[in-house]
Amino acid sequence: MGKFLIRRLLQIIPVLFIISFVVFCLVFVAGDPVALMLPEDASPEDIEQLRESLGLNEPFHIQYFTYMLGLFQLDFGESFRYGQSALPIVLERLPATLELAAASMIVAIVIAIPLGIWSATKKNSPLDLLATGGSVLWKAMPNFWLGIMLILLFSVTLGWFPVSGRGNFSHLVLPALTLGTGIAAEMTRLIRSSMLEILNQDYIRTAKSKGIRDFYVVNKHAFRNALIPVVTITALQTSTVVGGTLITETVFSWPGLGQLLIQAVNTRDMAIVQASVFIIAFFVILMNLLADIIYKLLDPRIKY
Amino acid sequence: MAEALLEIKDLKTYFHTENGVVPSVDGVSFSLKKGETIAIVGESGSGKSVTSLSIMGLIGSPGKIEGGEVLFEGQDLTTMSKRNMRKLRGNDIAMIFQEPLTSLNPLFTVGNQISESIRLHQKASKEEAKIKSIEMLKKVGIPRAEKVYSSYPHLLSGGMRQRVMIAMALSCNPKLLIADEPTTALDVTIQAQILQLMKNLTNENDTSIMLITHDLGVVAEMVDTVIVMYAGQVVEYTDVFTLFKEPKHPYTKGLLDSTPKIHELKDELQSIEGTVPAPGTITQGCKFQTRCTRATAKCFVEEPELKELSSNHKVRCWLHEQEEVAI
Ligand SMILES: Nc1ncnc2c1ncn2[C@@H]1O[C@H](COP(=O)(O)OP(=O)(O)OP(=O)(O)O)[C@@H](O)[C@H]1O
Ligand SMILES: [Mg+2]
Repeated sequence: MGKFLIRRLLQIIPVLFIISFVVFCLVFVAGDPVALMLPEDASPEDIEQLRESLGLNEPFHIQYFTYMLGLFQLDFGESFRYGQSALPIVLERLPATLELAAASMIVAIVIAIPLGIWSATKKNSPLDLLATGGSVLWKAMPNFWLGIMLILLFSVTLGWFPVSGRGNFSHLVLPALTLGTGIAAEMTRLIRSSMLEILNQDYIRTAKSKGIRDFYVVNKHAFRNALIPVVTITALQTSTVVGGTLITETVFSWPGLGQLLIQAVNTRDMAIVQASVFIIAFFVILMNLLADIIYKLLDPRIKY
Repeated sequence: MAEALLEIKDLKTYFHTENGVVPSVDGVSFSLKKGETIAIVGESGSGKSVTSLSIMGLIGSPGKIEGGEVLFEGQDLTTMSKRNMRKLRGNDIAMIFQEPLTSLNPLFTVGNQISESIRLHQKASKEEAKIKSIEMLKKVGIPRAEKVYSSYPHLLSGGMRQRVMIAMALSCNPKLLIADEPTTALDVTIQAQILQLMKNLTNENDTSIMLITHDLGVVAEMVDTVIVMYAGQVVEYTDVFTLFKEPKHPYTKGLLDSTPKIHELKDELQSIEGTVPAPGTITQGCKFQTRCTRATAKCFVEEPELKELSSNHKVRCWLHEQEEVAI
């Protein structure tokens, strides 16, 4: 296990390298922030001067070199908007996003595991059809729309929860439900189909032939097996979840990384964009690593 | 005559598929005494596995037991509550399956899977179950039983896994062991060992065995009574000596002719032309009509009954009804 962990951690380095390059290219292509930084009536000389001072007139490889040099010192440059180093600004937003992500994951797991198992064991029952239909519908529903509907119903009409912002637990409920139920919809489908496959396996028949109660056959013998593909696929979908986080944070004015990133893109605050994308990518990789570890803990057939 | 341990009367198990009702087991009756070993033989698709799963109460949707009785020590298992059935399963009736490679759960240790039965049925503590499990593993001839106890199934060979299955099945001293082609997936040399092992271990406790097999060599060696199944029906039912000496049903004869024998060196093995018809496709007459070399006009119209030729020999064939009349 230790060796495996070290190997996997080392693999992160080239991946981060590639990501940083891609981010740099995107920013390079996205173009010139200078026009947005200066007042509209700035003279061409002023513009030229600013470009020069920002190093934007240098050729691609020089700019990349400068960028990488900064990166090694975890320096993504200065935010045009905040007038300070980008990384601390990004890191300051991180806890809010992690809080939302964790809460959503809990919502998703609490809904999807029982629903998926139950809908597989009661295949084709009205309740299964409801769960399956519901999850397809839920998946089709865009996050922003669901978020707005929840706000309209629970905040505006019923007044149970605050409309937006971050603060105590009640602030967390609606965004976590928006994001969490979306994840749950996909997860339910996965668990259901995985369970259906496992329940047909020979070893399930063996377990039943021993006289074990259905509850244990399903939850001990089948579920653990069914979880293996679910963990893998869920990890692969972390990027979708990230997308959902960006939107949910914007809808609920949740002061997280996603909201910051979207603002930064709109104002072409490239240092912030680079730093946030880098941090997000880092977490996606971390999630995949975590999934790999869980996978190996679950399945004794996998060698480290 | 000892009372039957298991008595099956007119068992009917049908599958309700999209293409209609499939009568996989269609009126099967037989009985099994304590300590007796019975074999069910027949080609693939004749309904052997469905019969055994029906006894275990493990027929799942779309299959259903449509009629008949499965009397185990006088109690009808087809109408028994799920709860009581669970108490029986793995305890009084145990089963070994054809596929040792896939019949053990890959995520739990061998020990965990054997102990599970013992703890469940014998109310044993974890430690007691462990001791008993290791004892069982030793009994089935597994070397380094303690080590195997804590290893995962994928580390064991097919033969070893089947031994584990046997240990598991016999761990609660069942009265009936159903073995559904327990050696088909194994090497020939290992097959004999496994069967010998089953035989020895069950002799100790006077366990009855219902052995499902394709292998008539095995039948000759280890069973008392034989049931020949064809297309969901019993076509011949007799003791093992009579079966080999005086097979009556053309299908049984065909099966015997297609088995190699040392003392009758033939140039070529016979085989029965064609395959078992899918259940439900022959609606009129004898189910064997399409492959029978001796079929007469009557065989295509009327279905023969399972007829008693003598006290221990039953056959489902028009030839023998006529024979009797002729005599
Ligand atoms: N789940 C099912 N759905 C539909 N038909 C089934 C199902 N299970 C079994 N059958 C049908 O029942 C018939 C008998 O099957 P069974 O498995 O008992 O044969 P078998 O004698 O055990 O053959 P084998 O020697 O190959 O194991 C087959 O024709 C099969 O198509
Ligand atoms: Mg079978």
